[in-house]
Amino acid sequence: MNSSQLLGFTTFAYLTASILYIGIFVFRAKKLGLAASLLLIVGFLFNTGGIALRWVESYQIGAGHAPMSNMYESLVFFAWCIAIFYLFLEFKFKNRLIGAFAVPFAFLSMALAGLTDPDIKPLIPALQSNWLIAHVVTCFVGYAAFAVAAGMGIMYLVGSTSVEGGKEKNPNGLLATLPSLKVIDDITHKTIVFGFLWLSAGIITGAIWANSAWGTYWSWDPKETWSLITWFVYAGALHARFTKGWGGKRIAWLAIIGFLAVVFTYYGVNYLLSGLHSYGGA
Amino acid sequence: MQKNKNEVWAFFASVKLALFTFFILAAASIIGTLIPQGKEMQFYVDAFGPGTAKLFQIFNVPDMYNSWWFVSLLVLFSLNLIVCTIDRFPNIWRLVTMDNLAMDIGRILKMPKRQTFQSDLPASELARAVEGMSTSWKFDKAEKEEGILLAAQKGAWTRLGVISVHVSILVIFIGAIIGSIFGFKGSVMIREGGSAKEIYLHDANNTKIPLGFEVRCDRFELQRYNTGAPKEFISDLVVIENGEEVREKTIEVNDPLKYRGLTFYQSSYQPLEDAYAIKIENQKTEASKKFYIGPGSAVEWKEEGLKFGITNRMGPYGMGEYRHKIWFNDTSQKPIEFWTEEGKMVIVERPEADYLFSLRPLYYTGLQVAKDPGVWWVYIGCGIMLLGLYVAFFLSHKKVWIYISEKDSHSRIHLSGSSNKNKIGFDNDFSALSEKLEQNDSLKLIRE
Repeated sequence: MNSSQLLGFTTFAYLTASILYIGIFVFRAKKLGLAASLLLIVGFLFNTGGIALRWVESYQIGAGHAPMSNMYESLVFFAWCIAIFYLFLEFKFKNRLIGAFAVPFAFLSMALAGLTDPDIKPLIPALQSNWLIAHVVTCFVGYAAFAVAAGMGIMYLVGSTSVEGGKEKNPNGLLATLPSLKVIDDITHKTIVFGFLWLSAGIITGAIWANSAWGTYWSWDPKETWSLITWFVYAGALHARFTKGWGGKRIAWLAIIGFLAVVFTYYGVNYLLSGLHSYGGA
Repeated sequence: MQKNKNEVWAFFASVKLALFTFFILAAASIIGTLIPQGKEMQFYVDAFGPGTAKLFQIFNVPDMYNSWWFVSLLVLFSLNLIVCTIDRFPNIWRLVTMDNLAMDIGRILKMPKRQTFQSDLPASELARAVEGMSTSWKFDKAEKEEGILLAAQKGAWTRLGVISVHVSILVIFIGAIIGSIFGFKGSVMIREGGSAKEIYLHDANNTKIPLGFEVRCDRFELQRYNTGAPKEFISDLVVIENGEEVREKTIEVNDPLKYRGLTFYQSSYQPLEDAYAIKIENQKTEASKKFYIGPGSAVEWKEEGLKFGITNRMGPYGMGEYRHKIWFNDTSQKPIEFWTEEGKMVIVERPEADYLFSLRPLYYTGLQVAKDPGVWWVYIGCGIMLLGLYVAFFLSHKKVWIYISEKDSHSRIHLSGSSNKNKIGFDNDFSALSEKLEQNDSLKLIRE
């Protein structure tokens, strides 16, 4: 048993769980609920085991470091964060319909990892710091929350097509099974708030780390700049909601736009722009 | 005039302006990530054509984040923050310090969150009993016209969360300004065995500035993994002040040397093409000595009667390393020649004694040097921001009132409450308090 096998199982479990969650939503098959949750939990355990084993393996080959150092490892960790964050929401709000819009993100992240070089490489000097774990964990908890918020945003927009003038068009339709729009809106907002706190912490840990490695806490490197752009998008969304009472479709769209900025910060910058974070593309 | 001033004030205090600056700052920041920064003018002419390059020059696009217009946007952002904070503070402070006992009874009775009880005990006795109850609420009491009002609150200070987030951004900016006025960034290359008294600033002219002390590099080491990838860059630095060695530190990436407000970061290295370090040790007496030597030259270790030099080199091999041919002689006058590999020991067997001989290339160590007296402001600002965000998002200001009215030796107890955030959490607190009142035997309450 090695970490690649475990992470392969993880991908498969997340795929199957995604299909089941979407099945629950599309066919109103509430009976699938328990199976979907169990599969997701099993996938999450594989994911956890895979990360732990990879950590051990890295020490065995003499490159010992936390498995958070390159694109492959971060995608695996991203999937892990999305899974645990969604499981928390499911537990807290006792609603599995969110799963159809959140769990596929965990699968997609694992699938992308599958297309990335999985070799364990030793850390280059710049990455050898205790800030590595703090920085990666804070960022990805935030990113995972934003992924789920975007899923909820899509859910809201899908749900709102069935509601016109405050009344549901077809009470027996597919969308009638969704939680009420008010509830989706509320959870989206809370998720963004949670993500924003962690994104801020991620940017701050990154700044402190940069200062201890290079003597500059902010150098307008593309990754830094895009994280700030993302921060502005969500700061805008929060201000619009707190002071102008924005909600509904507008917040749903902002959740989606914000996540696009996250994806670009995380993934796009590594491949399309060059900068200090270039090792992330390896 | 007064009206005019209010309009300007309202403009800078508005959330609309905040949303606008967020958007503009985000959009402008994108430009700098798409157009490479800090290149020579020729680069922009080649990549974008002379016309566009001229336009870039006017708007200082090659150094966009320091351009007049981007800095102006940051100033606008700061003004917005300052004015908005000053504008809102009195209102928030009023909410923090508000006397809940002065609250209009009518409003208390109509709060969405409320519960009424009845009791046969007199109002004054009920009020005393409630005050004596052990709950997490601490009640204050006031006599009203037709009854007694008790009020308690938690987390009034949490209303300051939002303000502190806004202030934290200003604190970070203050730190950045202090850093840019009183600090500097520069770099210096020091060869092994050499030292530096000056560094070169990262400005347009690479201005040379004196350190006020001397930094010597005794050794640079480039460690590699088996794969050839760099593992660690290490420099042994010594600070010399007034001719005395006052500080020694082995620095590496992520572990700099700090001295007199200056920080020396390991950032790069460069091999010296024409000099090598040779270490030689007499295995019998354990006497050893270090030599710096160039190719094609020879040195003498007089105490041991040795003479040696580099006569040839081959390479470079896999990781850029060379092999060197050494000519070696001692008092026996029977010179020999042998090859060395960089960093590897060679045992030279001679009639008098055996010698451990090793040769390695010499390097310049590249150091970033930074002075930033504003960095602690930035860190404190960051700390305030995280605390402030936590308080603003997750803690709430909760209030409860108990109004006890008495009529014909019969009392009614009105419990009501409100919270500015986290209504669900407050619902639980409220129910808990309500049950506690109901279950308290000394109160003898009956839920209405």
